[in-house]
Amino acid sequence: MKLVYFSWVRERIGVAEEERDLPDSIHMVADLIEFLIGHGENYAYAFENAQVIRVAIDKQHVPHDAPIGNAKEIAFFPPMTGG
Amino acid sequence: MARVIVQREAFDIAAEIARMAADGGTDIGAIVTFTGLCRSEKGVLAALELEHYPGMAEAEMERIAREAEDRWPIDALTIIHRYGKIVPGEGIVLVLAASAHRAAAFEAAEFLMDYLKTHAPFWKKEHRADGQEGSWVEAHTRDDVALGRWRD
Repeated sequence: MKLVYFSWVRERIGVAEEERDLPDSIHMVADLIEFLIGHGENYAYAFENAQVIRVAIDKQHVPHDAPIGNAKEIAFFPPMTGG
Repeated sequence: MARVIVQREAFDIAAEIARMAADGGTDIGAIVTFTGLCRSEKGVLAALELEHYPGMAEAEMERIAREAEDRWPIDALTIIHRYGKIVPGEGIVLVLAASAHRAAAFEAAEFLMDYLKTHAPFWKKEHRADGQEGSWVEAHTRDDVALGRWRD
């Protein structure tokens, strides 16, 4: 699974993207966030206020209870500030 | 079909209006443009650095444009959003909406901006004039409030 990060989520984690094998126990976005938090302080810091983090599966916005299914790419980022 | 562009370069507002008027046919009676500029915040900021999610930014802008076309009798739409380093006074985003009459064009332009601000994957980082580390611009609750009025 390709994971990509933007803005301060990227800065806190320390990489812009990575490939990870996910265990079968991960069904939805929220499970993935919990899984990542267990992988180091940088992830715990990025997701310390997990409810504000926005998620996109294959470049479409999804809520945290969305199923991951056969996603190719999952993105995590803060609320957007364009415009 | 909207003209949606994500680019590093500056945009030319007059050229975009002329292009829309030329391509849109002779039934366009109104073109509304909105330009969002980089502010210095009273001299505090030297620049804004815009990060974006390539692919998703364009897709989301196209989706928002389709929603506007479904809601109003729009003849043409242009959305240009820049990324990279942008200095105060330069444009960040340009929206053009063309319609037979002004009401639809004004409303569609405002709708597009409200959705762009809250749904298009762009993030602004501040570059401070005093050289200190700048912070990421925080999202405003007022932007979410602005969105609320388009929901029935």
